[in-house]
Amino acid sequence: MSVKLRIFSAMEQIAEEQKVTLPPLQDDLPLLDTGFDSLAFAILVARLEDDLGVDPFTIAEDAAFPSTVGEFVRAYENVPA
Amino acid sequence: MSPPDVLALREFLGPELKGRTISDARHSVSLTDILGHSRLTGDLRALAGRSVLLAASGQLESAIAMIELDGVVRRMLLCPPDLDPDHVQALLALAEIDAIVTDRPHPRCDAGTRLIVGVGLPERAAMRCKTERATEWLMLTSGTSGLPKIVQHTLDGLAGAIAADGAVRHRNATWATFYDIRRYGGLQIFLRAVIGGGSMVLSEPGEAIADHVARLSAGGVTHMSGTPSHWRKLLMSGAATSFSPRYVRLSGEIADQAVLDGLARAFPDASIGHAYASTEAGVGFAVDDGREGFPADLIGPNRDGVEMKVVDGSLRIRSQRTARSYVGADAPPLADADGFVDTGDMVELRGERYHFVGRRGGIINIGGLKVHPEEIEAVINRHESVRMSRARSRKSPITGAIVIADIVLADGTDASRQESIRTEILARCNDALAAYKVPAVIRFVDRLDVTAAGKLARADA
Repeated sequence: MSVKLRIFSAMEQIAEEQKVTLPPLQDDLPLLDTGFDSLAFAILVARLEDDLGVDPFTIAEDAAFPSTVGEFVRAYENVPA
Repeated sequence: MSPPDVLALREFLGPELKGRTISDARHSVSLTDILGHSRLTGDLRALAGRSVLLAASGQLESAIAMIELDGVVRRMLLCPPDLDPDHVQALLALAEIDAIVTDRPHPRCDAGTRLIVGVGLPERAAMRCKTERATEWLMLTSGTSGLPKIVQHTLDGLAGAIAADGAVRHRNATWATFYDIRRYGGLQIFLRAVIGGGSMVLSEPGEAIADHVARLSAGGVTHMSGTPSHWRKLLMSGAATSFSPRYVRLSGEIADQAVLDGLARAFPDASIGHAYASTEAGVGFAVDDGREGFPADLIGPNRDGVEMKVVDGSLRIRSQRTARSYVGADAPPLADADGFVDTGDMVELRGERYHFVGRRGGIINIGGLKVHPEEIEAVINRHESVRMSRARSRKSPITGAIVIADIVLADGTDASRQESIRTEILARCNDALAAYKVPAVIRFVDRLDVTAAGKLARADA
């Protein structure tokens, strides 16, 4: 499964647990419009760290937090394996 | 000086009760005629009035020394097996120790000018010793990473809960505990055996649980105590089937409904009780109705001379069973001005019962909201496939921290069910807990560490 698909699958799982209705996931969807609150994002980042072995937001101190789904996915894709 | 009202352990070891023993994995010693012998290599009278460090390597030698020294020495400091050797010298000074009782050829500390007396199992005839004074029993606090505090008790206070329970209820009991008897929880059981006219089977460090249970059964153990973590370990081992105690006691950690129910299923004929006690606060109470928490009407003065109140969420206890003080020149006060000891254990009233929710110092902070890990574990432990769990915090770039749960599944759980168990546990947590307390990540692990004091090891607590 590609990194992108794993992220989407984790987001769908968390949306179900948090009773959030996700809009269709696409690159230009603003993260603010996903319905995720900061706790849901914290859960997402923690699970992806376990799944992908990396937390791109902790590694780089100056990393700007992404504002769209596409930027969020790229933060994971751009981390050297 | 022979105050008639001072009781020492020797008073409970008359020759009239036959067949009493105390044993470990290698030796069994008769308690019935123990007063006729001495296992000290020196003269007990040379120790009279002294401040003694009891540094025997084993529990059996320690038990014998406690019986011989109580009522003779000024004070005895019980040295638990996991004591950091780097702390010994400072503790000797704090407790003004001037004699050491040990079975080691070379004490693990600079003995200086202190009197060294050996203790061992070869016995010799002893002079009858009289009780001369109320010996101070000194114990060390557990669970701190720095220098432990020295806590001073008297036998009278230590035995307060035993007298309140009544000797009749536990007559002819053979006691055992997973604890070491040089810690408060274990000492309570040793004292119950001695004062209640019973026998005792000691635990053995590093012993496999199946071997331990075989010894318990062979020794005819009827009454057994330990922490919920100890008991979960026994339930996990499958060894419980060959053991049938009449009384099962839990203390030292929160006894949640899952472990109480698990023990009730494993030991259908046993009475199961959970007690609240700590090294500083002594025994507060015991609850025997098989339900977690304790009845709200225990708050306030109760008939056993224990007074409890809840202030700022934490349980405070005042009674004759609490420790007298901390020992040492700069020691902080142990109780407040009114004599109440703050236990640091947080409770919450739900209906007619108080429930323990965790330690004040063990709180984890999730985005500014406070969470007791024990509260989350109690929900997780209710799942029938879970044997034990630990909730902890992990740093999060977004909320500061999130909750992670490490879970040990019960024996024989089908590995292919892990994903559905994870979903079920998350659903239950979502139903029972506020959103920020629900674990963000659930990990299944093979084991969780338990400390020397029998409590779940918490790295971030």
